[in-house]
Amino acid sequence: MLELRTIPWSARVGLVLTFLFVFVAVFADLVAPYSNTEVVSDVWEPVFGAHILGTDNLGRDLLSRMIYGARTTIFVAAMATALSFSLGSVLGFTAAVIGGVVDQAMSRSVDLLMAIPTLIFALVVLSVLPGTLIVLILVMGILDSTRVYRLARAVAVDITVMDFVEAARLRGEGRIWIIFREILPNALSPLVAELGLRFIFAVLFLSALSFLGLGVQPPDADWGGMVKENKEGIVFGIPAALIPAAAIAALAISVNLVADWILNRTTDLKGGRGNG
Amino acid sequence: MADSADETLLDIRNLRIEATVYPPGEDPHDITIVDDVSLTLGRGRVLGLIGESGAGKSTIGLSSMGYGRGGVRITGGQVLLNGRDILKGGMAGLRGVRGREVCYVAQSAAAAFNPVHRLMDQVTEAALKHGSADRQTVQARAIDLFGQLGLPDPETIGQRYPHQVSGGQLQRVMTAMALASGPDLIVFDEPTTALDVTTQIDVLAAIKLAIRKTGVAALYISHDLAVVAQVSDEMMVLQGGKLVEHGETRQVIEAPREEYTQALVSVRSIRHEEKPPSPEPVLTIRGVTAAYPGTNVDVLRDINVEVHPGQTLAVVGESGSGKSTLARVITGLLPPREGEVQFAGRTLSSAMEKRSRDDLRELQMIYQMADVAMNPRQTVRTIVGRPLEFYFGLRGKEKERRIAELLDEIEMGEGFIDRYPAELSGGQKQRVCIARALAAKPNLIICDEVTSALDPLVADGILKLLLKLQAEEHVAFLFITHDLATVRAIADSIAVMYQGEVVRYGPKSEVLSPPFDDYTDLLLSSVPEMKLGWLEEVIEHRRMESAGN
Repeated sequence: MLELRTIPWSARVGLVLTFLFVFVAVFADLVAPYSNTEVVSDVWEPVFGAHILGTDNLGRDLLSRMIYGARTTIFVAAMATALSFSLGSVLGFTAAVIGGVVDQAMSRSVDLLMAIPTLIFALVVLSVLPGTLIVLILVMGILDSTRVYRLARAVAVDITVMDFVEAARLRGEGRIWIIFREILPNALSPLVAELGLRFIFAVLFLSALSFLGLGVQPPDADWGGMVKENKEGIVFGIPAALIPAAAIAALAISVNLVADWILNRTTDLKGGRGNG
Repeated sequence: MADSADETLLDIRNLRIEATVYPPGEDPHDITIVDDVSLTLGRGRVLGLIGESGAGKSTIGLSSMGYGRGGVRITGGQVLLNGRDILKGGMAGLRGVRGREVCYVAQSAAAAFNPVHRLMDQVTEAALKHGSADRQTVQARAIDLFGQLGLPDPETIGQRYPHQVSGGQLQRVMTAMALASGPDLIVFDEPTTALDVTTQIDVLAAIKLAIRKTGVAALYISHDLAVVAQVSDEMMVLQGGKLVEHGETRQVIEAPREEYTQALVSVRSIRHEEKPPSPEPVLTIRGVTAAYPGTNVDVLRDINVEVHPGQTLAVVGESGSGKSTLARVITGLLPPREGEVQFAGRTLSSAMEKRSRDDLRELQMIYQMADVAMNPRQTVRTIVGRPLEFYFGLRGKEKERRIAELLDEIEMGEGFIDRYPAELSGGQKQRVCIARALAAKPNLIICDEVTSALDPLVADGILKLLLKLQAEEHVAFLFITHDLATVRAIADSIAVMYQGEVVRYGPKSEVLSPPFDDYTDLLLSSVPEMKLGWLEEVIEHRRMESAGN
């Protein structure tokens, strides 16, 4: 079984930081000293003054904004990742199992979708649709599901040609059994490892959208949006824009460390501890 | 060389080799792979290392090059080559030894050659790296060796790429590669195991001749006692990393001292009396011609065979003869272009998707590789229980009882019910696959090379089990194999396939008695016999060249 002492230090750091981010995001109401929108002081107060991280361009407490920002950022990224995974993997498995024309049609449509730069595509779609969180999650999830689809299909194509899947087909099993009972359990390892990476991309993507003004709408806080709000301050030596940027980097790195560790544990390559 | 003939070349003393294993659900721990094995090998002598998988034979062979494969560590003993302990020389010392004093011939030449370099460059690489001669000399020597090994066009074959020669030829080129730098010792690691039986004897004869001509010493590793008996001067039998018996070849195969060696020598001693055909065959294949979709090459041409209830039809042939394709046609995975498959009096629809659940149930299949025939994420309970649930709607207690019954039938017992395939041995895996097929209460089971991935003693157990089950359940087998010893052991009737056609078909006694057609003669004579001098006899009396030559 999993033992604490066998976890490498890099994964421990990643786990602690990730846990911290998630904890803060979930209990934002209890942790944050002020509310999300309350103006508490002058604009751009320095750090380590009355407010630990100073204040932002409107005089709101930056720490509280960071905490509420964590909630929005992590929530939207997690939901989008969940959507892209369920959608992408089920469609990818289906394409691999059915094969033939259906597979071709689905795969080529996905290629078509992937040929358009994701950010530009998202910008166009979001500028037309209403700017709610649901729409944001849907757009991000569907665009990202193309990547998951390709991975899931590639993994499943390898598995469908194995004798045990052929044995299940010869038994007369339906597609649902083959996808969920024969293929999914064997495809889980690479998908779980990919999950962490896709989550990071979702965070970065959301931040980029917000920075461009099409992501989370003010006055709600999110990290990408906060960089945008405070970027004018950089010229005057105000670090308020750098703090959310650093948070984005820290989250990306810590989740990456955890994902790397999981990938190592589950890989079937030499030195891995897979098959267990 | 004559004056040094008695000199000791290789002297392995108290060799101990360990590795760390990571069993699922347990803490990693060290196991001993080779335990206190000593051997000496004189110049120009050939020592056969015999044993089943896991006996440590390859590990010992590689240790003579100071190499431990995949995390294996040499933890004790000495390996003296030409009087020097090669384990003490460090990496630089090993580099001086490998490829110059000792060379290696791997089992799968196809995987051992680099596909993007010409054969000649690979054959001469080691000799050139060691600077033993200039390029012209080494190439001339390689061409000479190609000729000695019976390769066609020895002058130009070196200009080809690995994919441009056949498997048997590639194995010979690899032998030439080992001989090119003029080593004192060659380690042959199952060099003919992956080849077809008719190709195997040609390669074997070529290797034997090359060894004799060059006077090189060799460690010949194989699980096939009959093969090793043809080339070796002396033999070592290993089991579980320990030495069982060591002696001259004649003594080991004619008068084995240890019980284990006796078991290996007398393996495949099953006698099975042929049953008379019944009036109503359970499976009739009529005029089947089949090609894979998108191709217009018929891999099966006009096949007509029958399987009788409770009997075994053995389909024999080399790789590429179309025997597995025949199984795909019968199961409906590959609809035939022409012809039909009749099962218990009714015509089966050609595509699997259109068959009824009962048709599917009555025709089960057992695969060659039991590892991949079972879902690694399902326990034995699910693997065996699913057909019960699926075909008979059994649930709960009723299902549990039937699973236990089936596990008893395959001589394993209820204790295995919660195991995953990774926690079973090779033989046990194949038994579970048999139980899964039996669970459907079939009339016919297609067995596709079910014993060829198993060690001889384990395979013997599986064959005995199949015969017992046939007697009890009255199920018919269509047994696909390339191994004639297996055919003799279990068949009632035999179909010999060659290049997509059935060249000989009938009851076992008829098929296996003369007069033979050329191909059947070649096939039958190619099966290694546990007899000294068999190889030379066969090579002399052949009427037909093997295809993979």
